[in-house]
Amino acid sequence: MPKDNDSGIGASPKRREDVRFLTGAGNYTDDINVNGQAYVHFLRADVAHATINSIDTSAAAKMPGVVKIFTGADFAEVGGIPCGWGVTDRHGNPQQEPRHPIIADGTIRHVGEIVAAVVADTVEQARDAAEAIELNLSDKPAVVNMAGALAEDSTKVHEDLTSNLCYDWVFGNDDDTAVQAAFDSAAHVTTLDLVNNRLVANPMEPRVAIGEYTRGTDEYTLHTTSQNPHVIRLLMCAFVLGLPEHKVRVVAPDVGGGFGSKIFHYAEEAFCTHAAKACGRAVKWTSTRSEAFISDAHGRDHVTKIELALDADNNFTALRTNTMANMGAYLSTFSTSVPSYLHGTLMAGNYKTPVVQVNVKTVFTNTVPVDAYRGAGRPEATYQLERVIDKAARELGTDPIALRRQNFITEFPYETPVALTYDTGDYVATMDKLEQVADVAGFAARRAASEAKGRLRGFGVNCYIEACGIAPSNIVGMLGARAGLYDAATVRVNATGTISVFVGAHSHGQGHETSFPQVVAEMIGIDESMVDIVHGDTGRVPFGMGTYGSRSIAVCGSAMVRATEKIINKAKKIAAHLMEASDADIELKDGQFTVAGTDKSVAWGDVTLTAYVPHNYPLEELEPGLEETAFYDPANFTYPAGAYACEVEVDPDTGKVSIERFAAADDFGNIINPMIVDGQVHGGLGQGIGQALLENAAYDEDGQLLSASYMDYAMPRADDVPFYQVDHSCQTPCTHNPLGVKGCGEAGAIGSPPAVVNAVVDALQSGGKEVTHIDMPLSPSRVWSAMNG
Amino acid sequence: MAKVSMTVNGKAASGDVEGRTLLSAFLREELGLTGTHVGCDTSQCGACVVHVDGQAVKACTMLALEAEGSEVATIEGQANADGSLNTIQQAFQDHHGLQCGFCTPGMVMSAAALLKDNPKPSEGEIRDYLEGNLCRCTGYHNIVKAIMAASGQDVSSIAAE
Amino acid sequence: MLFGKDDKMYEFEFEKPSTVAEAVAALADEDAQALGGGQTLIPTLKQRLAMPSKLVSLTGIDGMKGVSGGDGMLSIGGATTHAEVAEAAADAYPALAALAGQIGDPAVRNRGTIGGSLANNDPAACYPAAALGSGATIMTNRREITADDYFRGLFETALEDGEIITAVRFPVPQKASYQKFLQPASRFALVGVFAAKYAAGVRVAVTGASEEGVFRWNEAEAALDADFTPEALDGLSVDAGSMMADLHGSKAYRAHLVGVMAKRAVAAAA
Repeated sequence: MPKDNDSGIGASPKRREDVRFLTGAGNYTDDINVNGQAYVHFLRADVAHATINSIDTSAAAKMPGVVKIFTGADFAEVGGIPCGWGVTDRHGNPQQEPRHPIIADGTIRHVGEIVAAVVADTVEQARDAAEAIELNLSDKPAVVNMAGALAEDSTKVHEDLTSNLCYDWVFGNDDDTAVQAAFDSAAHVTTLDLVNNRLVANPMEPRVAIGEYTRGTDEYTLHTTSQNPHVIRLLMCAFVLGLPEHKVRVVAPDVGGGFGSKIFHYAEEAFCTHAAKACGRAVKWTSTRSEAFISDAHGRDHVTKIELALDADNNFTALRTNTMANMGAYLSTFSTSVPSYLHGTLMAGNYKTPVVQVNVKTVFTNTVPVDAYRGAGRPEATYQLERVIDKAARELGTDPIALRRQNFITEFPYETPVALTYDTGDYVATMDKLEQVADVAGFAARRAASEAKGRLRGFGVNCYIEACGIAPSNIVGMLGARAGLYDAATVRVNATGTISVFVGAHSHGQGHETSFPQVVAEMIGIDESMVDIVHGDTGRVPFGMGTYGSRSIAVCGSAMVRATEKIINKAKKIAAHLMEASDADIELKDGQFTVAGTDKSVAWGDVTLTAYVPHNYPLEELEPGLEETAFYDPANFTYPAGAYACEVEVDPDTGKVSIERFAAADDFGNIINPMIVDGQVHGGLGQGIGQALLENAAYDEDGQLLSASYMDYAMPRADDVPFYQVDHSCQTPCTHNPLGVKGCGEAGAIGSPPAVVNAVVDALQSGGKEVTHIDMPLSPSRVWSAMNG
Repeated sequence: MAKVSMTVNGKAASGDVEGRTLLSAFLREELGLTGTHVGCDTSQCGACVVHVDGQAVKACTMLALEAEGSEVATIEGQANADGSLNTIQQAFQDHHGLQCGFCTPGMVMSAAALLKDNPKPSEGEIRDYLEGNLCRCTGYHNIVKAIMAASGQDVSSIAAE
Repeated sequence: MLFGKDDKMYEFEFEKPSTVAEAVAALADEDAQALGGGQTLIPTLKQRLAMPSKLVSLTGIDGMKGVSGGDGMLSIGGATTHAEVAEAAADAYPALAALAGQIGDPAVRNRGTIGGSLANNDPAACYPAAALGSGATIMTNRREITADDYFRGLFETALEDGEIITAVRFPVPQKASYQKFLQPASRFALVGVFAAKYAAGVRVAVTGASEEGVFRWNEAEAALDADFTPEALDGLSVDAGSMMADLHGSKAYRAHLVGVMAKRAVAAAA
């Protein structure tokens, strides 16, 4: 196929999935209805911490339409929701890991926890009956504040644990004396206390689960809004319900965004699966947005002190952080890995700081569980590092960009003091590109124009690096992961030459249905319309670990390449047989097999037909058929990196911040579909700007979520953001995967919050305000208070 | 239960509903028009936007019985007669104005309402008009760009294709 | 049969009368409630915070729709949507039209009505500021109520059970402006100030800010009576103690914003 802008690697064909989404023909989980289904309404706790003395369901059970009512007692014999990562603390002890019940087991530990579940013929009946359930509770003090939770006299969230501390972890240089010595000998130390605000992921599609049970075959089907149906099947079968995996099919059809929040195995999924058998009917649950706020895992919520030591020449000499990270009331699937290995390993950033020490205490509180949200640990690392560098530059009176450039890692591979080996990168190049894209040179004039209309204007920059393509299974296994993090793909070539690729990655906005076929079609030299991917169904896809951590193309895409290579190798053998030549002499180009140095050729379709109609076929050497599977376990993480710049205007009368310009220069290595990559960056920027300026999942001291709907949780809207300038022309291909790709899904969310805050601080200081830091979100109220504090 | 009748995408539609039945539920469950999505319960996300008698409304904040006798248009009725994407839909595809697709029906219906009243909206007017349509995937960049393109404006100078 | 998402309200009957008299009769039933555009009431019902036996839609009453004027007055039917006011009042009372054009979002403005907004009297709603700031008269099926008598605190009004806002009469000022500072999440007014200059004096009404709901800022009115300029408000401030405080702003911040928005309203008044 000739290279054009419509096909192949590096092209931007229009997304094929768009047609169904644009015409209302998508198939989201809530669009699915099963014959005879019943509906569940979950009665959720409206207090944060209480002992359940009794639950009287007798009146509710007599209400019209009620099929069955479940309480914690009905799940006493069922396992709890597992945590997928066991972190070992600084003393060599395992994390404290409480039981995480499907339905509260005598104690309520957060607002939104399921206390009882009513299954009824209609959802109205289920809701009506739930109101007739009588709860007898004894309230307990709510543990909300992390510092308070760690105090010796604090109420415990889990009575059976020794304290509210999940683990106390140290990473990097664990020699406190040596680290302190590095600070003692520093010419300058910059210290910053900051909060990484708690967020709610808020994919626009709320979660849905439909459980079905087929008595005749003893088989279950769960339709669910998941980023990784195989992971859900594994966790639910092996740890919660004790079901044989081969009797359970998990389907995640069109999924309306995830951003991490649909990775985790949730109680509602296990409930609907279990209840389908117990009720003898399919059971459906559709979350409302209000429910989502108190039942979807939240993200971030770190409180950090970071210290940066510099020598007299402004070289970074040491970095030390102390973080408290909120786990909420229970450990969600990836929760404990986020503030530890997904955060601590990134604390070197793009810089050659020789000494790095990361200290993290994770804390149980009476709040919704906290887990991965777009970026997961890496935004928290980037934010604190890039904020403290900016503060240091201001204290030292040096240019923030120059200070960064001076300390950049420039030689690769580079082993950081926090356990990673960056295989490749060029931070100078991305910063050069950023300065151009952001038009740094024109800033002074733009600032003057803003000041002329009474606004303060600020410029903020930051770098980021992330570890993506999670992950080498042996390494993460040593670090406590309880799963392998490879992925898998099966390439099934049909007799007529069309191809179905069954991939373990799930597409819920990322455009895999378009980009993955670009790769396979280019490798074989056939039209992309001949290739489809199949995803999101454990009944069709052999296996896969799913989509998160910007891993889909880097890990699953690599598996797809490997499987396609196997297909090509076998097809070449068939072609060699047909042309009576040696395998080694066969070349494949533009869908034609040729014998090198001759004019003999056979077409792709002739070979695939021969594979399935093996009349003239080397049956003694080759099996018929053309289908291959590959599992791919990456040798290393991938390291996307870049530099971002934000320009803001601040209204000094009200404190309102507006984003005037935002520029991003990213190095994602090789790129399959630039249009889709740009879109991923845009989306990440929207979420990062949202975190920086708008979003805040705030609890009061009683453990009530104050921002529990869109009336109080400020989502970024179209008029909160500008057109972005994004550039990914700096490309240092990944050295260890076949496509040279790094992943792009999280970069925008990781790289943008510090740029925004740095810009606001710059604006305020330009107006003569002695403001060195404001905690996110930089709402008008907070900015005004800081200016007038 | 009461009977409700309306015209949906040019066809007569009726059904028995309760007083509390929302227009969104009637469309999705009674008529099987599941392209109208429900993303919140406070009338803010706009995934459910449809047109009632030519005006954009949130179908999750209107009772089915309030639409009695009305002309209702949903995303399912937006494509051209031959099934091809209409100008707005095509611009969304051309400019990558959607990712997960969940907010998309509401975005397209809002964009159609905007362009009916304001055939060449500025960037600012588009962003302002989309106040009631949340998208979590795109950062809005390509949605705004797509609507500008759908209105016949040259978007080639807008960063990033 | 309809099932689906669990945002289901309590069941109620629904009526859509075509005259005020029929509506009044329908509202005579115990726990019957009037339904304007439903843009606030329906979300409230989804939370099951109210349990009406019957909703009586007022949007089918033709006599309650539309904008008409003359002799320095503008009359708006109680069932007139925000979008209609934004368009139809643009020439006669541009500040009021602009206010209506900023309520909620376009889809909300196509359903929400002035009568519904004033009957609900949300402390962060826009229309109460316009009504109070204009010295409007609330016309009901029973009587006429001056705006100064109508607003009675958070979600409280002078309306009695079964009383319907049939129209609102606004005296048209010499100049006026409404300036709204948005609460970042809901996009209701964190603080909104309506300033209007009449021959008889200046009126300044503030929404979003006070624990008591919409109020007149008398001190600012007096200062602006003497000199209708932003500078006339220098040094004036509202009592922070009576302001609301929440996630989005402290009492002091709201009190400060009242001053800022009032000055902007005076500056922008046209």
